[in-house]
Amino acid sequence: MFNYPKKLMYTETHEWVKKEGDIYVVGISDYAQDALGDIVFVNLPEVDDEVFVQEPFGDVESVKAVSDLYSPVSGVICAVNEDLLDNPALLNEDPYRNWLIKVEDVSDTEEFLDAESYQQFCESQG
Amino acid sequence: MKLLFEISSKGRKLDLIPPCDTEEYSFNDELLRKEKLRLPEVSEVDLSRHYTALAKQAHGVNDGFYPLGSCTMKYNPSLNETVAGDKNFTNIHPLQPAETIQGCLEVLYQAKELLCEITGMDDMSFQPAAGAHGEYAGLILIKKYHQDRNDHKRVNIIVPDSAHGTNPASATMVGFKVINIPSNENGGVDIEKLKAAVGEDTAGLMLTNPNTLGLFDPNILEITRIVHDAGGLCYYDGANLNAVMGRVRPGDMGFDCIHLNLHKTFSTPHGGGGPGSGPVGCKNILKDFLPALEVAKNSGGYYFYQPEKTMGQVRSFYGNFLVVVKALTYIKSLGKEGIPEASGNAVLNANYLMNRLKDYYDVAYDTICMHEFVLSLGRMKREHGISAMDIAKGCLDYGIHPPTMYFPLIVPEALMLEPTETESRETLDQAADIFIELFKTALKDPEKLHNAPLSCYITRPNETEAARNPILTYQFENDQ
Amino acid sequence: MASYVVNTRKQQQQMLRELKLETLDDLFVDVPASVRLESLNIPQGQSELEVYHEMSEISSKNTVFKHIFRGGGAYNHYIPSIVNAVVSKEEFLTAYTPYQPEISQGILQSIFEYQTQMCQLSGLDVSNASVYDGAVAAAEAALMLQERRKSDILVAETVNPQLLQVLKTYCESRDVKVITVKAIDYAVDFNDLKEKLNDTIAGVIVQSPNFYGLIEDVKAISELTHSHGGKVIMHTNPIALALLKNAKELDADICTAEGQPLGMPLAFGGPYLGIMTCKKELMRKLPGRIVGQTVDTNNQRCFVLTLQAREQHIRREKASSNICSNQALCAMRASVYCAALGPDGLRQVAKNSASNAHYLARKLMEITGFELKSTKEFFNEFLMSCPIDNEKLVAGLAEKGILAGLPLGKDILWCATEVNTKKEIDNLVEIIKEVL
Repeated sequence: MFNYPKKLMYTETHEWVKKEGDIYVVGISDYAQDALGDIVFVNLPEVDDEVFVQEPFGDVESVKAVSDLYSPVSGVICAVNEDLLDNPALLNEDPYRNWLIKVEDVSDTEEFLDAESYQQFCESQG
Repeated sequence: MKLLFEISSKGRKLDLIPPCDTEEYSFNDELLRKEKLRLPEVSEVDLSRHYTALAKQAHGVNDGFYPLGSCTMKYNPSLNETVAGDKNFTNIHPLQPAETIQGCLEVLYQAKELLCEITGMDDMSFQPAAGAHGEYAGLILIKKYHQDRNDHKRVNIIVPDSAHGTNPASATMVGFKVINIPSNENGGVDIEKLKAAVGEDTAGLMLTNPNTLGLFDPNILEITRIVHDAGGLCYYDGANLNAVMGRVRPGDMGFDCIHLNLHKTFSTPHGGGGPGSGPVGCKNILKDFLPALEVAKNSGGYYFYQPEKTMGQVRSFYGNFLVVVKALTYIKSLGKEGIPEASGNAVLNANYLMNRLKDYYDVAYDTICMHEFVLSLGRMKREHGISAMDIAKGCLDYGIHPPTMYFPLIVPEALMLEPTETESRETLDQAADIFIELFKTALKDPEKLHNAPLSCYITRPNETEAARNPILTYQFENDQ
Repeated sequence: MASYVVNTRKQQQQMLRELKLETLDDLFVDVPASVRLESLNIPQGQSELEVYHEMSEISSKNTVFKHIFRGGGAYNHYIPSIVNAVVSKEEFLTAYTPYQPEISQGILQSIFEYQTQMCQLSGLDVSNASVYDGAVAAAEAALMLQERRKSDILVAETVNPQLLQVLKTYCESRDVKVITVKAIDYAVDFNDLKEKLNDTIAGVIVQSPNFYGLIEDVKAISELTHSHGGKVIMHTNPIALALLKNAKELDADICTAEGQPLGMPLAFGGPYLGIMTCKKELMRKLPGRIVGQTVDTNNQRCFVLTLQAREQHIRREKASSNICSNQALCAMRASVYCAALGPDGLRQVAKNSASNAHYLARKLMEITGFELKSTKEFFNEFLMSCPIDNEKLVAGLAEKGILAGLPLGKDILWCATEVNTKKEIDNLVEIIKEVL
C-alpha cells in the first residue's frame, strides 16, 4: 500500500537517501509520513551545521507527537528545504519530492537498504 | 459564541475609577503610546453574561464526575475559598515589615510542619508555584548537594519510562542527562535494569510511587537503597500522594526530597490550569540548599531567613501563598484520622470501579490498584477500530469528564481513571454503567463513537489545522 | 473531622466485601510492613466552624494597612467587583486544564481572549496562556533565546531584584551566563552596555519602568542590541503599557510583565501572573500553553490548546521548558480586569497612578531632606532620600496605619496608584512632619 521508489536508498529509521554527485539528499519515506499522521511542523538544522550518522538532525511534529529525524550520513548540510517550514503538509502529500536536507563533504554513511529490503522491513513492523 | 471583542461597542464603559483629584501629570509626548489599544468596551451586564455563558461551556468538579487519572480531581471544599478570601490575607503586601505579617508567616510555618510530618521530610519551601516547578527546585537541591561535595561527575538522573513527562523535562532544565529505564512486567521498576543503570555518574532517581500505572512498587526499599549505595539521591514525585498519605511516608521509603501538588492532594482547586502550588520538601542533608526565603520561629515570633547555601529564588516572593492557605485549611479539617481515611477511600473507590469494569475492558495490570488504574484499549482498537479517544469522547455525551487518555505512554491506547475519595458508591455505579454502555456501543455501533461527542457545544475540533496555521489572537477587522 | 469522604462506613464495608477484602488496610498489601505508618503525629481533624475560627485567629495576627505607598513589584490597585464575581464561578475554579476541548470551550475561549488582550497591550504578535509570575516570565524568556553560538544574557542592574534572583537560578541551572549591566543615575549605563554587547549575547533584559520607577530608553537599547544580533526582552508593568510606549513601539522582541496589577490582590506575593508575549518569529520558542482558533467538524469556530508538540508531555527531556500549567484563573482575572476597564479606563488607571505619584513626590520635596535621587522621568514609583533613619520613619508611619515606601539603603522607594487620593497623600505628608 505504500510507495517505495526503486531508485532510492533507505534506513531502518525510515529516512530515504538519494545521491546526486557528491551530495546526499535526505527525506522521510511514505511509510514514515503515514505513521506520523498529519505533520504540523518540521524542525530542521541550518546550512553549514554538521550531521552525524544515526544521530538526530531535526524532528517532525504531528499534533500530539514528535519524532526525531536521524541522519543517514555524516557530513555538512549544504541545503535545507525551507518550503517545509511554511508548509509541512507537503511531507504528507509527497514525501519523495519534498526532501529535508542535502549533505556534502560526506565522510561516513550507514548501511542502506534497497527498496525491496526496506519494504520487507516495513511490512515486518506490522 | 461571540468573543469579548465582538460584543464591544465604542464608548460603552463601567464607571470604576473616579477622576484624578491631583494635578494631571503630562509625560513628554515622545514617551507616550501612539498605538491604538483595542481592549473590549463593554457594560458590566455584558461582562457578567459573557462569563456566565463561558462558564456553561466549562466543566469543573462541581459539574460532575471527573475521573481524570493522575490529576486527583477531588471535591474542593467551600471553606478553603472562604478562608483564602479573608481580607487579612488578601490585603497583605509581600514586602511588609516582619511584625505586620506574623499571620502569613504562621500559615507558612504551620503548613510546613504538618506537611513535613505527612511526608517524612525535615524541611520545606513553598516557593515553587506548581508541580513541575517543585520538581525543578528539587532537582536543583540534588545538583547543589553533589556540587557542594565536589562530586562533579554525577550528571545522570534515572527516570522510569512510566514517569510523567515533566520528570525528564525538569531534569534537562537543571542540566542533567536523563537515563530512561523500562518498567518490569508488573509495571514496577526493573531492579536489574536499575542496578545496571546506577554508578558513579548517578545524581539521582526520580520516582512516582504509586506510579502512573496506579501500582505501589513493593520493592521500594530496595530501589532507594540501590540508588543510595551508588551515591545518588532519591526524588519523590508527589503527584500520587493521595493514594498513600497518612499510611506510608516518602521519607520512610528512602526518599531524600519531594514535591507535592497542593492543588491535587490537598484539594486547593485546579482553576482551569492554575494557580497551583508545588512545595519542595527535603531531608536535613539538603535543607541548606532550599530556595530563599525560609520561615522559622523563635521567642520573638516568626521570621524569614536565608538558608546557608540557598539555590536562590525560583519565583518572586514566597510562592502562591493563598493556595497554601487553602491547603492548610484542608489539613486542619481532616487531621490525623481524616487523612488516612481519605487515602483509604480513594484506593477503595478505584478498586471498586476497576472491579466493575474489568469484565468488559482490559485492565493493564490486573491486581489491587492504588488510587487509580489503567485500561488498555489496544485489543478494542485492533478488533473494532475503537480507540481510547473514541471512548473518552463518548463519555462527554454522558456528562462525565473523560479519563486521562494515552498516558502512561507504555500502555497502548491507555485510559487512566482516578475516581478520588469524594465520590460515592452511587456515582461510581452510575459511571460504571456508562462505561459498560460505551463498551457495548463500541461493539454494536462503532460509528456512533467515532462521531462522539454530539451533545457538547462543539464537535471534535480540527487540531491539525490549529497547529499548521496557528491563529493565536483575535483577528480585528481593518488590522493595520 | 471533615474528610469529605462520601461513602458511609456501611457502604465502605460492603464495597470491601465485594472486593473480597476486610479492611481498608488490606488494600495496602504492597506497602512494606516496616514502613507502614501507625498514625500521623498531627492534630485531630476539626469541624468547619473550628477551622474557620482557627484560621481567622491566624489571619488576625497580620496588619492590614489602610494606606499603602509601597510597590517594589506588587501594586495596590482597585479590583472591580466583577473580577471577583467571575473567577469565583465554580465551573472555572474547579476545572482542570482544558485538555478536552469539547467541554472546555469556556476556559479555552477566555484564554484566547486573554492572549489577544496581552498582545494588544504589548503590541507584539503572540502570547502564551501565562506562566507562574513576572520574574519567571523574564527567566523563561532568557531561555527562549538560547542558540548554540549565542547564549549569554545581559541584564540591567535596574531590574527588580526578585527578577534578577530568579533569572540567575534559571540560567545557572542551564549553564547560561548572566552578565549585569551597570546603572548610572539609577538607569542603564549605556557605556557599560556598549562595552558588554558582542555577538555572543543572546539577549538583553531591561525593565521599564525599572525597579526605581524610572522609564528606561528601551528604544536605544533595542537599536544597540539588534546591531549585535541580540534580542531584547522588555519587562514591564502592564498598567504602564496603556499609557507609555509599548514593546512594539520600542522595538523589543519579547515583552514580559508581572500581571498582578491587572486585578490580583496583593495576597502576600501570590498567586500572581507571568505575562509573556513575543514577535511571531519566536512563536515556536515560547514556552507554556497556547490556545489557538480552529473549527470543529461542523465548521463552527472553536478553540484548542495548540502547538503542543513543543511541550514537556510530548517532548519530555527535549522540551525547552518543563512548564505544564499556567495561572489560568489569574489570567482570567487579568482578562476580566482589562475588559471591565476598557482602553480608556486602563489608561485612566495609569494616568491617575502617575499623577498621584508625581503629586506625592512634589509634596514630599516640600519637606527638607526629601530629595529625588534621579532627575529622569518616572511612572508611579520614585526613589527619595530620607532626612531620618528610614526604618524609623517606616515604623512611625506604621503606627498610624500607613505602609510607607520600601526602605532601600538609606533611601525610600515610594509608590502611588489610583487608590491614593489627594486627601490621603496630604494626610501622609502631615503625619511625616509629625514623625520628624
